[in-house]
Amino acid sequence: MIHWPLLSLITFVPMIGVFFILIARGDEAVVVRNARFIALWTSLAVLALSVLLWVYFDPNTAAFQFVERANWITLGGFTISYHMGIDGISLFFILLSTLLTFLSILSSWVVIRVQVREYMIAFLVLETFMVGIFCSLDFILFYVFFEGVLIPMFVIIGVWGGENRIYSAFKFFLYTLLGSVLMLLAILAIYLQTVSTDIEFALNHANLFSFGLQKWLWLAFFASFAIKVPMWPVHTWLPDAHVEAPTAGSVILAGILLKLGGYGFVRFSLPMLPLASHFFTPLIFTLSVIAVIYTSLVALAQTDMKKLIAYSSIAHMGFVTMGIFAVTAASLQGAIIQMLSHGFVSAALFLCVGVLYDRLHTHEIARFGGLVERMPAYAFVFMVFTLAAIGLPGTSGFVGEFLILLGTFKVSTLECVLAATALFLAPAYMLYLYRRVIFGTLTRVDLRNILDLDLREKAIFAPLLALTLWMGLYPTSFVRPIQVSANHIIEQVTAAGNGTGPRQASLQ
Amino acid sequence: MPHFAFPEISPAIPEMVLAGLAMVLLLFGAFRGERSTRLITWLAVAGLVAVFILGLGEGGPPHFGFYGMFVSDTFARFMNSLVLIGSAITILIGLHYDEDERIARFEFPVLVMLSTTGMMVMISANDLIILYVGLELQNLALYIAAGFNRDSARSSEAGLKYFVLGALSSGILLYGLSLVYGFADTTAFADLARLFAGPAPVSPGVIVGLAFIIAGFAFKVSAVPFHMWVPDVYEGAPTPVAAFFAVAPKLAAFALFVRVLIEPFGPLAGEWRQIIFFLSVASMIFGAVAAIAQHNIKRLMAYSSIGHVGYALIGLTAGTAAGIRGVLIYLAMYLVMTLGAWTVILCMRRQGRMLEEISDLSGLSQTHPGLALALAIFMFALTGLPPTAGFFAKLYIFLAAIDAKLIGLAIFGVVTSVVGAFYYFRIVKVMYFDEPAGAFDQPFTFELQSVLIVTAIITLFFFLLPGPVTGGAEAAAASLFVR
Repeated sequence: MIHWPLLSLITFVPMIGVFFILIARGDEAVVVRNARFIALWTSLAVLALSVLLWVYFDPNTAAFQFVERANWITLGGFTISYHMGIDGISLFFILLSTLLTFLSILSSWVVIRVQVREYMIAFLVLETFMVGIFCSLDFILFYVFFEGVLIPMFVIIGVWGGENRIYSAFKFFLYTLLGSVLMLLAILAIYLQTVSTDIEFALNHANLFSFGLQKWLWLAFFASFAIKVPMWPVHTWLPDAHVEAPTAGSVILAGILLKLGGYGFVRFSLPMLPLASHFFTPLIFTLSVIAVIYTSLVALAQTDMKKLIAYSSIAHMGFVTMGIFAVTAASLQGAIIQMLSHGFVSAALFLCVGVLYDRLHTHEIARFGGLVERMPAYAFVFMVFTLAAIGLPGTSGFVGEFLILLGTFKVSTLECVLAATALFLAPAYMLYLYRRVIFGTLTRVDLRNILDLDLREKAIFAPLLALTLWMGLYPTSFVRPIQVSANHIIEQVTAAGNGTGPRQASLQ
Repeated sequence: MPHFAFPEISPAIPEMVLAGLAMVLLLFGAFRGERSTRLITWLAVAGLVAVFILGLGEGGPPHFGFYGMFVSDTFARFMNSLVLIGSAITILIGLHYDEDERIARFEFPVLVMLSTTGMMVMISANDLIILYVGLELQNLALYIAAGFNRDSARSSEAGLKYFVLGALSSGILLYGLSLVYGFADTTAFADLARLFAGPAPVSPGVIVGLAFIIAGFAFKVSAVPFHMWVPDVYEGAPTPVAAFFAVAPKLAAFALFVRVLIEPFGPLAGEWRQIIFFLSVASMIFGAVAAIAQHNIKRLMAYSSIGHVGYALIGLTAGTAAGIRGVLIYLAMYLVMTLGAWTVILCMRRQGRMLEEISDLSGLSQTHPGLALALAIFMFALTGLPPTAGFFAKLYIFLAAIDAKLIGLAIFGVVTSVVGAFYYFRIVKVMYFDEPAGAFDQPFTFELQSVLIVTAIITLFFFLLPGPVTGGAEAAAASLFVR
């Protein structure tokens, strides 16, 4: 263990970068250059710090590690503390956030030409908020970060987005804000019940919440997380946001922001509200299966690459929610692995689309075809991630999906079978996309001189490629830190379900 | 002949000092003429600040004066401080405007001082009579201020409208007060509270009177359905006056509202809670929905202030110490955010003309990045987004609401704040996403710049050091419940 406040450092070092970018003075061109480099080095430093977390993480305990605690706001018994800590569930999300931020900044190196300073600031602020969400162990602190994320994302879509960016930015913002304000009320209700805004305390005292209260709290949390995931039928903001967002914005959106919903379900809904979670499982299952089948079919019909990948994200996240609420060791671990895998893969796919967009300024599928002739390296990279999205054994996508189906099968065979239809729907839309873009004959004039990946782009894809294969071939290194924490959550839920929980709850 | 002891006047010393200063400045100005406007303005600010500092030194248990008709307690001191800050800053940020529009007259700061005196008196009122005296002192000064730009038809219209509706509401209030006096036979808050808490059933006449009193107060704080005057007056009045209206008188009226309902009428909470509940819900909904269609930023701020009154009323509906604490924190944060936003509006001037359209802010992030950032911070705060001060203001309000089992009200509150987010973010959108419409006249005066920086920093970094405000609000709210 290390004794300096590693989590706070990871969370707030980006702010130091923001400060330096803000005070950068001089010629416009120099400022822009400096802003890019400051952002890059800051995010790299944060990435390095977060790798330290993994190195020093103790995978043998479900307790929170790297804990920091200080009183923040005290008011008439209402104490909000600055309480940070991580367990096996949050660990990899932090790493994912820092990695994707770094890659996003790298990927925007030449594309973003207007208001570069503000762009870099937005991404660094976003990083602080994202990491903060996964580290927070106090509800108010969590909420501050959770909602804070919306501001930089709103700006990123609105300023550097496509044609219809204003509409999409507002839709994204208002949709997700509506969900989170309901969660705020739930958080306040939890405080009034437990007289504490401490997440750890609430997790360990789930029996303080009666079944009736649990149902309301669960619904309020559900409103927030279901929109973030997003689950059918509140998913409509996602395709719009993705299509209009700049490439790096899509990367963060798909890679991290969608995971906030899943993380919230695992962190709060399951262990803290186990009875309600059990009660609402059929609802989640139904919505998940609809999401998987319906959005897969919708993805088949898309003519825009980004929209297609956005819909496939919804389908993949449908798997995740199903795995979470099946509450078996396999499915829960599978859900977390699937979220991480989707974090790499969808981010990489959006980056792939971004590569084409940088060259031709469109993501319409029909504009492409036969790219393999001109861009062999690109065709290879795109193929690996397409296969990973399909869930081919040997890639990260397989591990998660397999574990989820395995776990869910024990709980509900029907759900499992229905969701498994995605196993042939996903190849259908992904390979169809791949064929139309990469294969075929190269007929369009402007594609004749299209350039293959340059060194910077290869450098962006390399880590994602390595991680996808690593997780697919040797998932143990990822599963091990997750395992204990995931099992701990299962224990908490089953303990509540076995009668110890309900009996105590009914005394309330 | 009965012997009267000389009344205890020490609790009212700040008010007396302020009133005396106002008189001195008035005389000074009358003799020196318009040349002394700038000097008098600064002296008025200094006077308000001096009284503010004078108030900081006080503390301890409630201090009664004028035979118990006047009280200086923690609540009064807290609200007085807010009102004094609001008045001082509005005088400051209005200075250059008045000079540019050639309406700079030394009477303006004097009027503000006099109305501030009235506000402080009404905040400290412990008797229905004093309440009314303070209120009218405040109002008379405000009527003149609203029509201060004598040569402008809009300003005169605003002044007249404000006068007619203000007088009407004062009449309604006075009628309510006389009904209560007629049925309860006393005007002292303490006696009223004792009477209503007693075993005897409360006469329906008192309830009717209470309804009239609430209607009168709702006019003053501009809660729906008594809000109609607000957008017109804000739009018509000179901008610094509108900024003043948006802050100090509203805070003072709110303080009075809270004190009257909690102290004398506290035992009748069951009777008034549903009225306040309705006012709160209606204000939140109306404030959020009506603002969407506005093009004029002053009107937008008017509707926004109506919405914020609705949120603050949630805390009053709860009627608990936690609720009042929430109200006070909310008002303090509202003061900072609103002053900041109005300061930006006062910076909107191109080729010597004041601008009031939202579209005039287009591309502000490119022409004036600092100004745009500040206004964005205020808009985030008015929306209630963390980590700004506006979030913490709403947090304590909703906390109190849920604690008092007002879940429905809390849900209304958060949903309308999402609706409100739309129009606040529309301003951010105009500033950041649209093409620049041209730069404003430079440079902004020193006063505007410093007020802008201070309010933006407080709004954004309130979470680092919330203690003074939250602690003060806690103590102030508690002081209403001890007696």
